[in-house]
Amino acid sequence: MRFTRALSAAVVLLGLAAAPAAADSSPSASPSGDGDAPTTAGTSFRTATEFEQGQVATANGAAGDYLYWSFPADAGQRPTVKATVKLPETHAAQTWRVDVYDGLRRRQACQWGAQARTADAGTSSVELACVLRTVRAWTEPWANDPLPGTYYVRLTAVNVPTSDLGVPVSTEVRVDSKDIGGAAAVDGSLAEPLVPGIAVTSGADKGDEDEKSAVLSAIEPEDGWSSGWWSDRWVWSGIGAVLAALAGIGGYALTRGSGRPSRVPPGA
Amino acid sequence: MITRTRLAAGACALLAALAAGMAFPAGASAGEPTGEDAPKVDLVLDVSGSMRTRDIDGGTRMAAAKQAFNEVLDATPEEVQLGIRTLGADYPGDDRKTGCKDTAQLYPVGPLDRTEAKTAVATLAPTGWTPIGPALLKAADDLDGGDGSKRIVLISDGEDTCAPLDPCEVAREIAAKGIGLTIDTLGLVPNTKMRQQLSCIAEATGGTYTSVEHTDELTDKVNQLVDRAADPVVTPVATEGADACAKAPTLKSGLYTDREEFGQQRWYRVDVEPGQELRASVSVGADRAVNPSYGVLLRAVTVHGREIVRGEAAGDGRTDVLSTGLRYPKAESDEDDAAAEAVCLQVTNSFSVASGVKTTPGLPLELTVDVVDGPGDSDDVAAFGLGRGWWLLGLLVLVGFVAGLLWGWLSRWRFAIWRTN
Repeated sequence: MRFTRALSAAVVLLGLAAAPAAADSSPSASPSGDGDAPTTAGTSFRTATEFEQGQVATANGAAGDYLYWSFPADAGQRPTVKATVKLPETHAAQTWRVDVYDGLRRRQACQWGAQARTADAGTSSVELACVLRTVRAWTEPWANDPLPGTYYVRLTAVNVPTSDLGVPVSTEVRVDSKDIGGAAAVDGSLAEPLVPGIAVTSGADKGDEDEKSAVLSAIEPEDGWSSGWWSDRWVWSGIGAVLAALAGIGGYALTRGSGRPSRVPPGA
Repeated sequence: MITRTRLAAGACALLAALAAGMAFPAGASAGEPTGEDAPKVDLVLDVSGSMRTRDIDGGTRMAAAKQAFNEVLDATPEEVQLGIRTLGADYPGDDRKTGCKDTAQLYPVGPLDRTEAKTAVATLAPTGWTPIGPALLKAADDLDGGDGSKRIVLISDGEDTCAPLDPCEVAREIAAKGIGLTIDTLGLVPNTKMRQQLSCIAEATGGTYTSVEHTDELTDKVNQLVDRAADPVVTPVATEGADACAKAPTLKSGLYTDREEFGQQRWYRVDVEPGQELRASVSVGADRAVNPSYGVLLRAVTVHGREIVRGEAAGDGRTDVLSTGLRYPKAESDEDDAAAEAVCLQVTNSFSVASGVKTTPGLPLELTVDVVDGPGDSDDVAAFGLGRGWWLLGLLVLVGFVAGLLWGWLSRWRFAIWRTN
């Protein structure tokens, strides 16, 4: 009897314990349709073309151009920037590089990925990649860890022979991110995401929205910035509490026996 | 009764919290978006004698340019004010002095009458010299006035023939006037020297250089550039940093531009209220050939000279700008009427040029300032101090189990004692 109870309790415990593991594997940012993906790129931080994660932004440029795009990244995401440059049939060896900057225009380190590559003469394309660090909701102000907000991608040829200057190339940029989930859930949050010009835009009168006025960065993820309140740590902690309570009851039950004093005869 | 009082107090606290959350940051707005002024584009076309060469898709360069212009004029967005200027269109002679003044406004910058503009383009015939420098100066005058974006698109098939006026330096001076002008250059069937010159002009103003070998490439590129001009962009506010904090201009949230010479310091001030966060980023542009290895340093310093935080960037090789930024959340104050703190921002650069390269005007500097509400506190590494993972679950189960056992034994023991008594 006691054994059956302990067993069923264990089964319940196992079932409960599996839940947070399932909560972990939430899907990463879903790719959106490419219908309105941008086909141009900006030429400075100020004119960077905005695009969403999952979209493929394309642009025709020239070797020697500095091409800028920007995308939003939210807390708990680990963005991967991938860029492809299609080169003309004949060209000399040239080196291309992709750099990622945060909303404060600070260069962000790539954990791994070929950030710069040399295309030898005759190769038709170069593929670059940069895996950023996980974006956290809060960091100390003296750190340059990635924070939620705008991220700039700059794609350029860092080493072009003069004979190749201005030669048309076509480029493609795509950003996907891995959802790191509760493991990256830190305490604290920013009052406003790290979006340049947000002090001007959020302070402005919201009434005249119809006027198509220019802003430094109007970027926002499709479903808005996360509030930073929810993380799967709540599930883990909650389940932990339930398990602890059940284990407590189990331990207590072990010491109490079946609930009947053993000295009392069965028939009484 | 007590419950009701508590409820009321709770509701009040909630309301207060909501109200605080909804209050907008008090950041005032300088450099307010000014999208009202029409974007202006001046197409500067080289009509020098060399445009007669037949090497673009079997036709002359001039024919290609004319065809491209016709298509561009058809596709120009309504809001763009387009003008056309020619260089080397009128003087066929050999006198260099006269030939180098030969630039004329073919169609004035203003609302576009497509038929009229096309008729004007049709009259062009390849003629004279290639005075790029003077043409750029005049084109900048054409575009003067208004706060919209301004763009010169220079289409040329040869390098400037009017030395010693270096068109590259002309471009840099035009950019330094602070009228927010970009020059894009297109080279028709370019040679090495021309590529260097045209890309130098483009880099001096943050524009692009493209080589063109076919008519459709020319059309596409010019269309792309005109469309780019039509995109609304924030126009930065010109400011002038001082050489010491005490004399520095006070900036509010917004976008600013300035010029910084090599090795010069620039100081600005920003007022930050307690509980607000200052975000500043700076980009220093390399608008001429600079030596490899360079850096930019942005420091936030108190009025007494203590460094609060710094942002630094260093680089190597070809670049357009080098940028860095910093964040400074000023702690909340207990006093009700605590004064705003004047934070000094110091910008220095370690760019250098080879001897012979002009160091004036200074490098273009772009500064963004945002004063927003301060970030929330972080009392723990983990969100709300919550736990996560199998170790946590294991520990909780173990502790719970042990606690249950102890409690059980304790109550058995107490029961035994009670029975004995």
